[in-house]
Amino acid sequence: MNWIEEISNPHARQWEEFYRNRWQHDRVVRSTHGVNCTGSCSWMIYVKDGIVTWELQALDYPVLNNGLPPYEPRGCQRGISFSWYQYSPIRVKHPYIRGVLVDLWRKAKETHQDPVEAWTAVIEDEAGRKAFHQARGKGGFRRTSWDEVTEIIAASTMYTIKKYGPDRIIGFSPIPAMSMLSYAGGSRLIQMLGAVSMSFYDWYSDLPPASPETWGEQTDVAESADWFNSKYIVSVGSNMSMTRTPDVHFAAEARHNGTKLVVFAPDFNQVAKYADWWVPVNAGQDGAFWMAVNHVIMNEFHYQHPTPYFLDYMKRYTDSPFLVELNEVDGKYVPGRMVRAGQVERTKDVENGEWKFLVWDEISNAPRMPQGSLGFRWQQQKGQWNLEPKDGLDGSEIQAQLTFFGATDEQLSVSFAEFGEGKSFQRNVPVRTIETTNGKVTVATIYDLLMAQYGVGRGLEGDYPADYDDENLSYTPAWQERYTGIDRQTVIQFAREWATTAEKTEGKCMIIIGAGVNHWYHNNLIYRACIGALMLTGCVGRNGGGLNHYVGQEKLAPMAPWASIAFALDWQKPPRQMNSPSFHYINSDQWRYERTYTEPQPVSRPEVEHHRDMTQEHTLDANIRAVRMGWLPSYPQFNVSSLEIIRKAEQAGAKSDAEIRQWVVDQLKSGELKFAVQDPDAPENWPRLWFIWRGNALNASAKGQEYFFKHYLGTHNQIISDEVDKSHFKEVTYRDEAPEGKFDLVVDINFRMDTSALYSDIVLPTASWYEKDDLNTTDMHSFIHPLQMAVPPSWESKSDWDIFKILAEKFSELAPTHFPEPVRDLVAMPLQHDTPAEMAQAHIRDWAKGECEPIPGVTMPNFVVTERDYVNLGKRFVSLGPKVEQEGFAVHGIHMEVGDLYREILKSKPTVTWNGQTYPSLENARDGANIILGLAPETNGEVAYRAFKAEEERIGLKLTDLAEPTRAVRMDFKDVVRQPRRLLNSPVWTGIMTDGRPYAAYTLNVERLVPWRTLTGRQHFYLDHEGYLAYGEHLPTYKPRPDPLAFGDLEKSHSEGKTIQLNYLTPHAKWHIHSNYFDNDRMLTLSRGIEPLWISEQDAKAIGVIDNDWVEAYNDHGVTVTRAIVSARIPPGICILYHAPERTVSLPKSPMRGNKRAGGHNSPTRVHLKPSLMVGGYGQFTYSFNYWGPTGVNRDTFILVRKLPGKPEF
Amino acid sequence: MKVRSQVSMVFHLDKCIGCHTCSIACKNIWTDREGAEYMWWNNVETKPGVGFPTQWEDQEKYHGGWELNDKPKNPELKLKLQNRLQTFANLFSNPAMPTMDDYYEPWTYKYGDLFSSPLGDDQPTARPISRVDGKPIDIEAGPNWDDDLGGSNIYAVNDPLLADMRAEEKQRLFSIEQLFYFYMPRICNHCLNAACGASCPSGAIYKRAEDGVVLINQDKCRAWRMCVSACPYKKTYYNWSTGKSEKCILCYPRLESGQSPACFHSCVGRIRYLGVLLYDADKIPDALKVPDEQLVQRQREMILDPHDPKVVAAAKESGIPDGVITAAQNSPVYQYVKKWEMALPLHPEYRTLPMLFYVPPLLPVLNATGANGTQRVETDLFSSLENARVPVRYMSRTLAAGNDELVIKSYQKMIAVRLYKRAETVGDVTKEEADAALAKAGMTAEEAKAIYHLTSLPNYQERFVIPPYSREGDIEELYDPQQRKAEAGFGRSQGAQRGL
Repeated sequence: MNWIEEISNPHARQWEEFYRNRWQHDRVVRSTHGVNCTGSCSWMIYVKDGIVTWELQALDYPVLNNGLPPYEPRGCQRGISFSWYQYSPIRVKHPYIRGVLVDLWRKAKETHQDPVEAWTAVIEDEAGRKAFHQARGKGGFRRTSWDEVTEIIAASTMYTIKKYGPDRIIGFSPIPAMSMLSYAGGSRLIQMLGAVSMSFYDWYSDLPPASPETWGEQTDVAESADWFNSKYIVSVGSNMSMTRTPDVHFAAEARHNGTKLVVFAPDFNQVAKYADWWVPVNAGQDGAFWMAVNHVIMNEFHYQHPTPYFLDYMKRYTDSPFLVELNEVDGKYVPGRMVRAGQVERTKDVENGEWKFLVWDEISNAPRMPQGSLGFRWQQQKGQWNLEPKDGLDGSEIQAQLTFFGATDEQLSVSFAEFGEGKSFQRNVPVRTIETTNGKVTVATIYDLLMAQYGVGRGLEGDYPADYDDENLSYTPAWQERYTGIDRQTVIQFAREWATTAEKTEGKCMIIIGAGVNHWYHNNLIYRACIGALMLTGCVGRNGGGLNHYVGQEKLAPMAPWASIAFALDWQKPPRQMNSPSFHYINSDQWRYERTYTEPQPVSRPEVEHHRDMTQEHTLDANIRAVRMGWLPSYPQFNVSSLEIIRKAEQAGAKSDAEIRQWVVDQLKSGELKFAVQDPDAPENWPRLWFIWRGNALNASAKGQEYFFKHYLGTHNQIISDEVDKSHFKEVTYRDEAPEGKFDLVVDINFRMDTSALYSDIVLPTASWYEKDDLNTTDMHSFIHPLQMAVPPSWESKSDWDIFKILAEKFSELAPTHFPEPVRDLVAMPLQHDTPAEMAQAHIRDWAKGECEPIPGVTMPNFVVTERDYVNLGKRFVSLGPKVEQEGFAVHGIHMEVGDLYREILKSKPTVTWNGQTYPSLENARDGANIILGLAPETNGEVAYRAFKAEEERIGLKLTDLAEPTRAVRMDFKDVVRQPRRLLNSPVWTGIMTDGRPYAAYTLNVERLVPWRTLTGRQHFYLDHEGYLAYGEHLPTYKPRPDPLAFGDLEKSHSEGKTIQLNYLTPHAKWHIHSNYFDNDRMLTLSRGIEPLWISEQDAKAIGVIDNDWVEAYNDHGVTVTRAIVSARIPPGICILYHAPERTVSLPKSPMRGNKRAGGHNSPTRVHLKPSLMVGGYGQFTYSFNYWGPTGVNRDTFILVRKLPGKPEF
Repeated sequence: MKVRSQVSMVFHLDKCIGCHTCSIACKNIWTDREGAEYMWWNNVETKPGVGFPTQWEDQEKYHGGWELNDKPKNPELKLKLQNRLQTFANLFSNPAMPTMDDYYEPWTYKYGDLFSSPLGDDQPTARPISRVDGKPIDIEAGPNWDDDLGGSNIYAVNDPLLADMRAEEKQRLFSIEQLFYFYMPRICNHCLNAACGASCPSGAIYKRAEDGVVLINQDKCRAWRMCVSACPYKKTYYNWSTGKSEKCILCYPRLESGQSPACFHSCVGRIRYLGVLLYDADKIPDALKVPDEQLVQRQREMILDPHDPKVVAAAKESGIPDGVITAAQNSPVYQYVKKWEMALPLHPEYRTLPMLFYVPPLLPVLNATGANGTQRVETDLFSSLENARVPVRYMSRTLAAGNDELVIKSYQKMIAVRLYKRAETVGDVTKEEADAALAKAGMTAEEAKAIYHLTSLPNYQERFVIPPYSREGDIEELYDPQQRKAEAGFGRSQGAQRGL
């Protein structure tokens, strides 16, 4: 037998230098990946011979505290493969332009000196325009120079502004937190032009509408270290192993600390592998499960064995003790609006009495008006907007009565809807009668309505289930079985374990929730069902508890100064910010293919709630109303240029801004002037120019991609669906011919030739993530750290900031000819969250129907006149403007003065001087980063102190102690380069992080009694907006998934041979982050060289498909061709195509659709907006960018799948 | 007692998320070259599955590792490959060599077409092309082909470990109510009885005396490729460009500078541990001549207690530096492998004495069909041994040469730690229940706390205890270290040609 030789002799081992030499390197630089993954991982980039060779994770995150696992290392398989891109053949190294276009341009330039005139000649020649539009996506790129291409862009920008107005130009870039200066460069230019910043969080369907509904907050969650503090972690529609790769160790490690992990998913997914329990709930039916969980919790832990911790929590921190009016309909009663302070004699004269709400106080045995509700937030007298249990009138103590059960003898039979079967139930509810200035009103507490809604009878009369085995009366464990497919015993055991854990740990039960649930049409209802379980057991605002929605890297921590730079608020206000879901639904003409979708309402509502028609109208009509009433933004704004309209008003005699506004109102009222949304297909209303950067707008997020191709781009597409009959529409001007190719020009800024680049007219090469300076934050951890230039921008690329700076300069060079003087622009603004406009519309009153007067900023959008200085735009771009010094910042309604700090920056940091004035410099991204770090409460302890001081005054309770210990902290770019730095406590956010405590949302609210930014100031179970009442979504409820046929996916698509119909799911992927890394050769090698379609063994067998066969998946909207991957971990009836492969790699042609190139994952999708999410001007239901509005859901899609006939053709 | 030190490894599979960050950390640094494209010194497999290269565990096919003769009274160990390669003549035809089909044909895409396609009537797309011949390729295999598949009737069903399992046991793997999968990251095991080294006709493969890292001398390798066949883990690879075989080097240039190997550093699941084990090399021959079910125990017996003064004295006697002994005393690997007996070697029956050990993974409890065809989840609070999806039998075939008891013991400890911590932090499990679980697992509360700490809380320094490498000592044999300080990295430049 030979033994292996052991050698110590160095002479025999000299060859070992071979591998040592490979490891040697010249430089190591900290950076990260600007990708919307939430990772925000600190990476060390290794440079050798001026070439980036590899990357490894940084390991130097500050430790939070010794009882927690550390954060190191952070960074996943995708991040570590980034260096492949750096010098790869898919890297965009030079500016490119479509050959057809550049030929037209060069020809026009021969005869037109002025670039704007040259562009006019190009774009107003219908044949030429069509020629380059039809060439989009079909090859024929040519290299060009920066000079030529920036001239074209500047010229087309100027042309568009002059001809149509600046709001026909849109800029799309997602999720600023991942590289905030790169975002800000583009948005700063966009806003200085007067153009439109497009939202992303709602369009991606990353926004959970239930969060604004419940908490008045876009999203606020725990950092991942806090998972370790939880004792019961439940994953719902989230696949942490895949999508929170650097964080999931906290879950694994928590398990070894005695934490239970339960995973809900239809497939045996990657995180299920970790779990104690895998609950295979039917796709999209999680809400039914949680409704039944809440039934058990209320029955056992609230009613049968009242848990003091739970009841106390409900009383203090939720809306459950508030009073709701019961209205009579045909002898039955339905819950209506919350009772207002202004309705009763005692408080009828208080300020904002319509926006202060009443509870029943056990001490005075009368209705009382607790502090902290919306009316206190915006009243003159400061210091009453807090959650102390005190009466807002005289400061007396209040003991709110949660339930009238046992306290009164009065009961009413109240109607409750059960949408699953379309039934209604009559259930007795304990009530009181109170005296209002309008007579007697019967009221119930929200808590008692919840008991009745969940079906906990407490011995009361009515259609209450007798026990858990009642299958018909909602919402019992037996009832949910038919929807979820989960046995009732599992529900019961789950609910008991959950509540027991919450009781014993005072709130350490946590839900980790994600896109698997948030992309369903009724996602807000599913979420509210989950949130219910958290609130009923006191788990929100507790470390180790809460709803942790992780979808998108939305948390830009140093928001206040960043927003000022990003939206050019340092120079001018307001910004134009558009909700993309509405924009794309309207402008890509998807509405033309969608029939009116109505939901049956099993419970009749009273006549007075005459806005019942909300539930019966076409989505486009609903959106038009939402625009008209100031609920949602809408750009393009009017059928007249927003610059032109001021000239017209002045011609008509308007002098002041107020007169201009009034003229606009009059014109709208008379119908002379129209919102563009009323006639979106009119050429003057089309969006014309599109800048895309840091994102893949034509692919990854393009729900209804083929509609984009057809109507936006005017190129080939795979749509076979028919337009619906025009009788569906009442409000819109319907044009028989749907326009194709609305966008004159699409400019993409990219470091890789992705689908958006491939379909754009111009591609500008941008610096990669290892070639630029920037900042990065996430909600997954509480550090801020940089992107850094490890090597200079490769080839001809430039950083995003520098690209937009050049475009700004180039544009300004054209201005002396075209806009020599500053020009005024009228901006239409929706009613804004965190302003008094939250109190604008107590009722739905439509001025266009004569129900009220049109009053800007109250019953309709606000109209603001602002000034654009195009000549100096380039200079302004690189200068931090004077409004920062004069006005400071305002975020979430918190105001911060920073004038002295601005002046300090002028002394200590680089400056620029022009027209005799000196400003802090924004010449490069690093300057911007230093300004952000220097002025944000999260990174400057003095600003944090001031912000808490301001908040203290508003709420009337001590808060500055949270800032005092760190008041001296100052961070700058050098510091965050040295080591990731932990953020400071800040009232802009809601987690207390003192002494290494992990960030958990709403601990500030619970511990320091800061109200939530909602109607009652508390967390809301009950949503009494008239639209919600009309939709039957005032109480947490269950609604079934929309019928596939209602969405028209499969009207014209038929079975071809052996075909199967499947629900088409596109959850987030293992081998890419959205489309980033999909085309990376490393990731493709470790997967299957393609993104395959996952189907079950049974379904594959039914269509004669075996693993790795090619399949064609199609519906009326489009088609995709890929390979099948067959696994028993997938249940029958669903298929998964992980989001979001590119069309650029390995995509065959579709034999079914004319042997043209098949589409990607979004080819078979179309967006469906939920109209109830369009309401506005009412408490937390008031618009803010990426905060509120319908979301771009796409889970409810169905496709047909067949084996691809023959061999794939490329 | 002949004390040797080995840098050894533990992979805690319960924490592995199958992300493959480790694989790419390695690929970026070491195997991104021509001839090495298909090499994955570190790979991650979904088990059950066929693995990489396909069915590497099927030693009837590949003849890797060692086997005992059938003479119980006079047991002798020989390379399994020698059955096929009895004669020197066979050197030139090695039938047990994996072929490209067993690995995969590396591919890339014609990305350039996206830039250069002329204007046409359809969208260009980058076709897959072979990295071997540049021609269009139909991709049918890859280094991680059955990733996340779980119960697949093509892949998992052909897992060699399932070959003789009962039909109903097998069927369980394909029902969604009962199926399971877990991840198995694999690197070179840096075996004490490495079959690769024993098989090398050129004597190119050796174990470094100071840390036990097994290397293929790139100067001496003569491309016999016997190591490729003889390694039962298929962790040596032939570089077709250089004509040499290569394998995981445990990132010795990083170890030598006090850093963990790149795959350890980058492990974002924090599943990896690295540290020194001291072992008694005199015990190696006998430890391998025992029946399969005793192999793990005998391997554990070889591993010495670094706190035992006798061992320390013997280690010093054997020339092991003080710093290495201290590292051995702080080794997390020692804790998991020897002290707690939770980590087990991969396929000890190959008898190579692998020095990488795995803590087996927990998996969710089973589901069953309830009333009305609903799914009912087993009622255990936590994943349990009785109702867990992962079959002990499968795990023991993987990590204990079929000895179920060893796997059960490891699981019992993990479960007891969880119950102990649950009782402590929540209280819905009583102290009595927790104590009973500890007793059943044969452990104390102190041990439970220590296991908890090293499983959940360890920082970088606790996971990787890298022994000091006093490089100047070795360098001194070749150059004056001060000269090395002055000249390292300059390489050799050609002197000027004078006098022309």
